[in-house]
Amino acid sequence: MTVVTTSREALTRQRTLPRTHWRDVAILGVGVMVLALSMLAGLFIGPAGVSPLAIIEDLGSHIPLLGIHSHMSAIDSAIVWQLRLPRVVLGALVGGVLAICGAAYQGIFRNPLADPYLLGVAAGAGLGATIAIVFAIDITFLGIHALPMLAFVGAVLAVALAYGIGRSVGAGRSSSTLILGGVAVAALLTAFQTFLQQQHAQELQQVYNWILGTVATAGWSQVLTMLPYAIVAIGVLVIHGRLLDVMGLGDDAARALGVRTTQVRVAVITAVTIGTAAAVAVSGLIGFVGLIIPHVVRLVGVRSYRLLLPLAMLFGASFLVLCDLVARTVLAPSELPIGVVTAVIGAPCFAFVLRTSKVSE
Amino acid sequence: MTHIALKQVDIQRGNRRVVHTLTLSVARGEWLSVIGPNGAGKTTLLHALAALLPISGEIAVEGTSLHAMSRTVRAQQIALVQQDADLPAGMRVVDYVMLGRTPYISHFGREGADDRRVVSEVLDQLELWDFASRPLGHLSGGERQRVVVARALAQEPNILLLDEPTTALDLGRQLHVLDLVRSLQRDRTLTVVSATHDLTLAAAYADQLALLSGGYLAAYGTPQEVLTTAILEEHYGVSLRVIRDNDGGIAVIPHRSPVRNGPRADRT
Repeated sequence: MTVVTTSREALTRQRTLPRTHWRDVAILGVGVMVLALSMLAGLFIGPAGVSPLAIIEDLGSHIPLLGIHSHMSAIDSAIVWQLRLPRVVLGALVGGVLAICGAAYQGIFRNPLADPYLLGVAAGAGLGATIAIVFAIDITFLGIHALPMLAFVGAVLAVALAYGIGRSVGAGRSSSTLILGGVAVAALLTAFQTFLQQQHAQELQQVYNWILGTVATAGWSQVLTMLPYAIVAIGVLVIHGRLLDVMGLGDDAARALGVRTTQVRVAVITAVTIGTAAAVAVSGLIGFVGLIIPHVVRLVGVRSYRLLLPLAMLFGASFLVLCDLVARTVLAPSELPIGVVTAVIGAPCFAFVLRTSKVSE
Repeated sequence: MTHIALKQVDIQRGNRRVVHTLTLSVARGEWLSVIGPNGAGKTTLLHALAALLPISGEIAVEGTSLHAMSRTVRAQQIALVQQDADLPAGMRVVDYVMLGRTPYISHFGREGADDRRVVSEVLDQLELWDFASRPLGHLSGGERQRVVVARALAQEPNILLLDEPTTALDLGRQLHVLDLVRSLQRDRTLTVVSATHDLTLAAAYADQLALLSGGYLAAYGTPQEVLTTAILEEHYGVSLRVIRDNDGGIAVIPHRSPVRNGPRADRT
């Protein structure tokens, strides 16, 4: 009898869960490499036909003591460092933010079809941008132009309104009332926007171009505008990864485990709103990134939000950089709107997700 | 020794008061089974014991008011096994059980060696190692229930709340789950409060029964005292027979034709 007990204890001792820390690090390492390669591709390839070698050489010439001398012309240098690189970085920031925000919303609303625009960000930003365009508002505040500023403000106000409506109905307990609040706000603001647009048909093209989205930049200023919001949003969401896993059990179960569900929900919604509003303000309404990238990561087999969130960010950043590469090269010298590229790739994936996921879950 | 004491407790669900002026106590290491017709307030009572619902009156655990405890301390003492618990289909069993460690992990931290040890022990005790890497969506009904209990045990609670732990299980699986809970109750001096529709099983496992009817405590005592033809017929509104065998087993056998007032309105 004693022998049996001892051997069982030995068995028990062997069977302790291993640390999985290094596996997570390795998976994230792969994501970082994918992003690095995408960004290099974005930097090396373009209609101007600057050779990658010249770019590497030019990069090397900035590193002291290597003694590398650049042969790049001033124009090429400007194209690469003042046009392509900021564009690639902005694409990565916007794609990363949209994807991590989409993943967070899918978790917090326990809805596989949630995307970062769920609570009315797109409609609010659309109205703000339309106001800026049709009334030709030309003010700058702290170096930020009227259009991105009004788009940002519109997006934040729309979510605040949707949250207010959802809470007043659902007493803050039910996430479905928040989603319905978002639907109501989006419908209302889109109606205003359509009305404005119809009254000022001559600016239609401009509004339309904004809605399709672009990460084309006139230099580094948009990157710097976006950066602080992206850092805050990504930081807040990443540290909530484990809590999002707990929230996946439902509100009652999460609360019984000691989680302050309302606070977690407010923190996540605030972070997503800030990040998405900033992304939309600098790049317009780029669809599908926030919806499909988290599902792609899930299809790879990653389920825990601790890993899903940062990985979605890395994949989303890579995806948008590559989409932008397609957008600016296939019809060069003219450009495809990036929203068209993400949708052409994204829509079939969306249909696939619809087919394979149970909407009721 | 009293472990849980309810004094004049009213429980609200939404705008409705579901349980009225309930006074009841559960001793440490005791198994209390809450029985009663649909809509009587069984689940509501369990949710109130997990501090998920607003109450008036007082619920005290070892003399400390439930609502005066911090959420974390409460979750370290009280674990709830919900009826139809939500199991995220793609999550692995081991990750799900690890979520039970939430009250021991700091807000933005990650699990440590202690948490992995506790989860390993629970997987051991519930014989779940073979399932550890399996996604929750691929489990059978009996396995699901064991996994949900495992998550609750990973909380290292001293009070286990079980809401209809055996519905949707076949007789063998029902006994398996209940035997498991009873052995845990003995080994860990767990106090167990369960809600159930199965009167015969409640009689077989519980030390005490509390019959809720229309939100009021209608009867309380040992299974022998509570499960009588008169009490059950009055509150379930059906005609039935209670049979006792020599080993103390109790069986409740319904008659087929309804009597007197007929079944009560079904509110769940």
